[in-house]
Amino acid sequence: MQTPRSAFFAGMRDQVPIIFGMLPFGMIAGAAAVASGMDPWLAMAMNIIIYAGAAQLAAISLMAQHVPMPIVVATALVVNLRFVMYSAALAPYFAKLSTPRKWLFSYLIVDHGFALLTAKLKPDDPPELIEGYYSGITFTMWTTWQMAVALGILLGTKVPSSWSLDFAIPLVFLALVLPSLTTRAHWCAAISASVMAIFTQAMPLKLGLIAAAAVGIVVGTLLDTRNEELLANGAHKGAHK
Amino acid sequence: MTIANDWQTIATILACGAVTLLARASFVIWHTKLSVPPWFTRSLKFVAAAVLPALVMPEVLFRGAPAGDIVNYYRIIAAVLALIVAWRTRHLLATLVVGMMALWVLQWLKPF
Repeated sequence: MQTPRSAFFAGMRDQVPIIFGMLPFGMIAGAAAVASGMDPWLAMAMNIIIYAGAAQLAAISLMAQHVPMPIVVATALVVNLRFVMYSAALAPYFAKLSTPRKWLFSYLIVDHGFALLTAKLKPDDPPELIEGYYSGITFTMWTTWQMAVALGILLGTKVPSSWSLDFAIPLVFLALVLPSLTTRAHWCAAISASVMAIFTQAMPLKLGLIAAAAVGIVVGTLLDTRNEELLANGAHKGAHK
Repeated sequence: MTIANDWQTIATILACGAVTLLARASFVIWHTKLSVPPWFTRSLKFVAAAVLPALVMPEVLFRGAPAGDIVNYYRIIAAVLALIVAWRTRHLLATLVVGMMALWVLQWLKPF
């Protein structure tokens, strides 16, 4: 990665293995939209406007159940709150770019793009390398994702439901969440959210997801705060190892 | 249970797109003006860890449960196998293949 051009191709190359996992996910997002009666063009427009698979699937399932609009939007926001965290981490990388470029790069933020950029480059690397590499990642991601969704829309209801392709969605989430469980606080957040998701399943207006996620976030944050206080006290007494 | 292709659906999609873009743009665009309390930035670290499992649980436990049963045992078994693979390999494609294969084999053999 010496020039913006080589950085662009490095980004594309690093994105390739991720495409294979994203293809079934995108196809399911497309198929789920048309299977619930959405116009194919509207489904494609939705995919370009939101460009966030997990939130789209949550929104499709809620809209099909005629849940009121504010709840659908609130659920999409909660599912995508993780982007706020990515935005905070990526802000120093994009600080030197023009405002239109910042908006474009913000729109293109996804889980894997964030993970790759922060793993491969530092915020004080040359801006043109950051721009090239991030463009390579996100160009590949955006195009293949749109193609996967278009394919899903075309195949739509032709895939028999006995194949249970929708099961690929929780599998993708499982594979995404495990690497993020780096501390005991993260594990406790995940486990408490899982348990709460079972008990809040019957909540009205499908508010269960928001409730379960909120409990998990609070549990994780409280444990993290407590750990840090313990650590600070330990350091103060010189007792920590 | 269908989605109507009306203005309400379009408005919902636009609103979902708007909140998603704002979440993504938040710090990238306004990092100099945004001053958030420390507990907020701290809690953001746990969003993915809490939201993703909350999305997974109902899909695995209850979706497609056979008549007379509350939970779907085939999906639970397949998900546990996929979880082990995800944990050991950290590999998206391997997790996907093992989980789907396990579900197909169970649905085909119908051992119980």
